Amino acid sequence: MEFWFSEYHAPDVKHSMRVKRNLFSQKSEYQQIDIFETPEFGKVLTLDGNVMLTERDEFIYDEMITHVPMSVHPNVVDVLVIGAGDGGVVKELTRYEGIKRIDLVEMDPSVTEACKQFLPDIACKLDDPRVKIYYDNALRFIRRKHEEYDLIIVDSTDPFGPSEGYFTREFYGICYNALREDGIMVNQQGSPFYKHDAEAMQRCHKRIVNTFPISRVYQAHIPTYAAGYWLFGFASKKYHPVKDLNVERWKELGLETNYYTPKLHVGSFCLPAYLEKMLREVE
Amino acid sequence: MDKEQFTKRQSKAPIYDALQRFRQMRVVPFDVPGHKHGKGNPELTEFLGQQCMSIDVNSMKPLDNLCHPISVIREAEDLMAEAFGAAHAFLMVGGTTSSVQSMVLSTCKRGDKIILPRNVHRSVINALVLCGAIPIYVNPEVDQRLGISLGMKREQVAKAIRENPDAVAVLVNNPTYYGICSDLKAIVKMAHDAGMYCLADEAHGTHFYFGENMPISAMAAGADMSAVSMHKSGGSLTQSSVLLIGERVSEGHVRQIINLTQTTSGSYLLMSSLDISRRNLALRGKEVFNKVINMANYAREEINAVGGYYAFGKELINGDSIFDFDPTKLSVHTREIGLAGIEVYDLLRDEYDIQIEFGDIGNILAYLSIGDRFQELERLVSALAEIRRRHHKDPKGLLSQEYIDPEVVCSPQEAFYANKESLPLRQSEGRVCSEFVMCYPPGIPILSPGEKITKEILDYIEYAKLKGCSMTGPEDPEIKNINVLK
Repeated sequence: MEFWFSEYHAPDVKHSMRVKRNLFSQKSEYQQIDIFETPEFGKVLTLDGNVMLTERDEFIYDEMITHVPMSVHPNVVDVLVIGAGDGGVVKELTRYEGIKRIDLVEMDPSVTEACKQFLPDIACKLDDPRVKIYYDNALRFIRRKHEEYDLIIVDSTDPFGPSEGYFTREFYGICYNALREDGIMVNQQGSPFYKHDAEAMQRCHKRIVNTFPISRVYQAHIPTYAAGYWLFGFASKKYHPVKDLNVERWKELGLETNYYTPKLHVGSFCLPAYLEKMLREVE
Repeated sequence: MDKEQFTKRQSKAPIYDALQRFRQMRVVPFDVPGHKHGKGNPELTEFLGQQCMSIDVNSMKPLDNLCHPISVIREAEDLMAEAFGAAHAFLMVGGTTSSVQSMVLSTCKRGDKIILPRNVHRSVINALVLCGAIPIYVNPEVDQRLGISLGMKREQVAKAIRENPDAVAVLVNNPTYYGICSDLKAIVKMAHDAGMYCLADEAHGTHFYFGENMPISAMAAGADMSAVSMHKSGGSLTQSSVLLIGERVSEGHVRQIINLTQTTSGSYLLMSSLDISRRNLALRGKEVFNKVINMANYAREEINAVGGYYAFGKELINGDSIFDFDPTKLSVHTREIGLAGIEVYDLLRDEYDIQIEFGDIGNILAYLSIGDRFQELERLVSALAEIRRRHHKDPKGLLSQEYIDPEVVCSPQEAFYANKESLPLRQSEGRVCSEFVMCYPPGIPILSPGEKITKEILDYIEYAKLKGCSMTGPEDPEIKNINVLK
């Protein structure tokens, strides 16, 4: 018997993975959570049927959303992570000794519990003493913060589900307000390829551009996400993502990475012409 | 046992059931409407859905007739009356405007006096234009800080009744758009003691009949008639409404009045939405509105914690002009952050994609209901916090007064039909207005037909226009000119 998981990447496009066995299924207060094992991608976490991460390509996403801002900002001490209940981003962040505090705001405790149990290699650092997990609505949490963080990482699901509120102007505004005067916000910004995703990506970019003085988009190749092509937003009050990249300082840390390199950092901000055009339209 | 019987009866939805049966019979239509269950208008059917089109049908024996209900509509009305604690309930398909007008036309004739607060909805004064009754206004108290009209004080109503013993009815907003209630029970008693009817505009009060810890409903207070907007807090389709009557009013007379102006082709979409919503409210209303109250209370706390804003609630209650407060209403005073309510309303829509009910000079109102979730409330609160951070100004120079005492020169009907001329706004001072001027929403007239135009009123209209209020009423859509009596 063949057992396949399929996800729509566009109304007329599907991405499928053969499934070895199902490990976990639960309907939480917010969403349907599933974890299953596949021959090609290892274990896979899906929320409402959308792939959040796979063991095979998780490193690309988590490295790119973490090391890009960390190699630009000279002194990150306090970090706020939104979503990311799987622990992948936290795993990368805890490799930096300079970071003293990581506040993780996740709406759904069931995601964290499931990942601790079934994806321990990814969720392994959620118990680090610097990490504090808040199960709360992120808007509510951040609204109370004023110039408290150096870095905010928004690791949300796509803008059409329970994370809708994290793609809004009010959300970016309160993030701005929660960042110190040289703070950086990085967010996953979807894909520019399929129409539906592209429009959401544009809307999101427009709102960030209206909120932060510096706002750039960078890219990575992530096989299990729509079109295999994913974008991140780099929004900042002071530092430029390329001009303020400090290669020497980052290299001195001696961090071993599998996707991120300082060279790739610079290249990831060089965007294809069609994407540059889409971004210009809303800037 | 009583409760069990009630639940059993209220679990029925006769119009909905009849439509289901009708659908199963697969009747071939050689009657109106001409779209024939949607087949004749594929574009509309694709847009609204086959389900919807197949029940958009004409009155017929198995589906009863709204003009003279004897079977399933009658049953639905009886269940509606039971759920609301009324002697009878009429299903209405012309909006609560038609319920309000039927209420006034059922009790007032040409030349009759009706006692009412000035902050009534335009539909009430429209009814006076139709029937020629004369308004006796009880000036509502104004909260100076919030700049909103409150309820009627008992003493003021008593005075109006004393001075106008020949009046036929007293009309009460229960509650106002902002959620403020007068002492309805006392007003009902005063009206009845003087031989007058007591009418309630409950456009914003459906939930008073079903929630816990709510202000008293008109029927429970003994009022004679009430217009209830089921489509507001009750969850039915826009334009559906209910008219309730008590024991002292003749059902047959009211039906005749309704049939003067109501369509003979009542929409089954609207009627079934009333039927299904009534069932839901009767069976689950308590639970639903407890949730709405919790959300509203949470939002009030959070908005007040932002600073600058004042989301007001039950603390306003003063035993008279604010006899009670509707806890589901989320009204926020914005003047202290230096922005007019209408400016916050525009910012929320244009910059944050959040549509709220209305903004006036000093306040905004966000409508909470059955359909809301906490995650959207977080967006609203955060957007308000952002608006304060980015746009706050010095509140000096912002107008706060919302209520201007009207001087009634002649009846609304007389003024509406009189010989008139059009004058530029500023030249109309001292003349008698022959039309309405209002911000919509909330749709409470600044000027009504038959009222004297003063400098104060003209200043207010210009200020409201400047701040971006959407003004309606006059013949001139830009409101540069106004019609006055010759």
